[in-house]
Amino acid sequence: MATIWVYAELTPDGPHASTLELLTKARSLGDDVAAVALGPGATAAAPALGEYGAQTVYANDDPVFAEFLTQPAAQALAELVDAYAPDMIMFSTSHDARDVAGRLQAKTGSTLMSNATDVPSLDRAQTQIFGDTVIVDVSLEGPAPKIVLARPKSFAAEPTGGTAEIVTVEVDIPEDLKKARRVERHEETASGPKLEEARVVISGGRGLQEKANFALLDRLAEAIGNAAVGASRAVVDSGWVPYSHQVGQTGKTVKPDVYIAVGISGATQHVVGMKGSRRIVAINKDAQAPIFKLADLGVVGDALTVLPKLIDEINARKG
Amino acid sequence: MNVVVLVKHVPDPQGTPKLDEGFLVQREGVEGALDPGDEYAVEAGLQIVEREGGEVTLVSMGPEVAMTAIRRGLSMGAHRAVLINDPALRGADVLATARVLTAAIGRQPFDLILSGVDSTDGYTGTLPMAVAELLGVPSATFARKVEVAGGTLRIERQTDLGYDAIECPLPALASVTGSAGEPRYPTLKGIMGAKSKPVEQLSLGDLGLSATDVTPTQRVTGVTPAAEKGSGEVIEAGDDAAARIADFLAEAKVI
Repeated sequence: MATIWVYAELTPDGPHASTLELLTKARSLGDDVAAVALGPGATAAAPALGEYGAQTVYANDDPVFAEFLTQPAAQALAELVDAYAPDMIMFSTSHDARDVAGRLQAKTGSTLMSNATDVPSLDRAQTQIFGDTVIVDVSLEGPAPKIVLARPKSFAAEPTGGTAEIVTVEVDIPEDLKKARRVERHEETASGPKLEEARVVISGGRGLQEKANFALLDRLAEAIGNAAVGASRAVVDSGWVPYSHQVGQTGKTVKPDVYIAVGISGATQHVVGMKGSRRIVAINKDAQAPIFKLADLGVVGDALTVLPKLIDEINARKG
Repeated sequence: MNVVVLVKHVPDPQGTPKLDEGFLVQREGVEGALDPGDEYAVEAGLQIVEREGGEVTLVSMGPEVAMTAIRRGLSMGAHRAVLINDPALRGADVLATARVLTAAIGRQPFDLILSGVDSTDGYTGTLPMAVAELLGVPSATFARKVEVAGGTLRIERQTDLGYDAIECPLPALASVTGSAGEPRYPTLKGIMGAKSKPVEQLSLGDLGLSATDVTPTQRVTGVTPAAEKGSGEVIEAGDDAAARIADFLAEAKVI
């Protein structure tokens, strides 16, 4: 009987969507599926975790897990691993989950597979590299638990309607592991639909030439309606827009009905975050840009000329 | 203030790496450079020692060609470097790499370890955490701003919604994003000066490690091309480009 765990990520509204995706996949890998939920909201998340397939939820609501980065969670998880010996633990690729997984690997000496796009069996995983043009099969060896970090939206979440038994995690976090303290949370205000939920995502890159031109994307989003504005890592790094807009490997993964890439060349780092979009439009000056290989409709030209015309055209059609 | 920056030599960051017959990334005999993500960490380290005093030591693992990356970091202003180069490390995975780097870092006193958030060739992104765990130090990742004052590390950590302010006593590890500050370009003086800076080359044995400490726990068993999405239509931006895009959006029923 294989035991598969999912490291649950908690939001004020319950488990994060990626956690439910992982639970769904976990059910296909083992008959004993559990979630580990640490921090405020852990117990409250148990019904939702159960509904998506967790038979057991190892929960602890202690704020220490939210206040201090990584070390308390990794310690609790390592103690649970010692006690229950799961075969595999699945994590999302979020910053927090990735950090906990990295520390856990160093504690257990297990193998760790990052950026997995599929997990065909307990000892095998797949990832995609080079802008997702190549599928890599990896054999997972070494001691259990196998640690797998799966890219968001690799699996579709499907409820089972089950309920989970809650097991309270008894753990005493030593003072020595309470050092990296979260002293403040700053939320930058965002308007309009969320990137992950919008039907249309319009992302801008260096091809927009300067920060001020990003306003064109906002105007296009407004003209289309139910559209969100994203960005490449290059322009986030340059400080044109906040990180919360970043689409790609170290940002968000989106799968909208239509993705419009504006002045984005199509580097691997970006492509993995948007390749699953249903339809892709690309506007770029460089006819050789790799983004055109993904596009259903490619326009070779200057976005600064094309976008104002497109905004006028859409507004005219909408009357 | 002793700042250690973890750096990696990667095959041409703008191009597509090549795989050898064992499905490993070809690292020798190919053009390569200091990982662009690591340049931000070097820059952050230099700024800290410029304010606080002290030295920046680069620590890297890789074949001889990795000296290209190390020279770049030294040209930017880092003071010294350690390269762990051993044939037994070919194909080393993240945990093996972390063990090696940890052993090398632990040979001298350190206050702060900096790294990029992930490598441009592998994108695994867990190496800094494994190093922090093995060294037994606290850590904070995805720093868009790094400051050190009075023995405390303060960072702004990027989050989905903005950032978290993190405080942590030293010694500690932080990974920095591209928002942490534009890396300086090496000056001619920097490039000339780099040639006389100390670079220590170490083998596994020098670190008291053996091949069994670096046995990979995963193996690539095959690579296959992903199903290619058929390329769509590509048009020149003429008078009708806006109308064509609008037609496309209308067909997709989003306008």
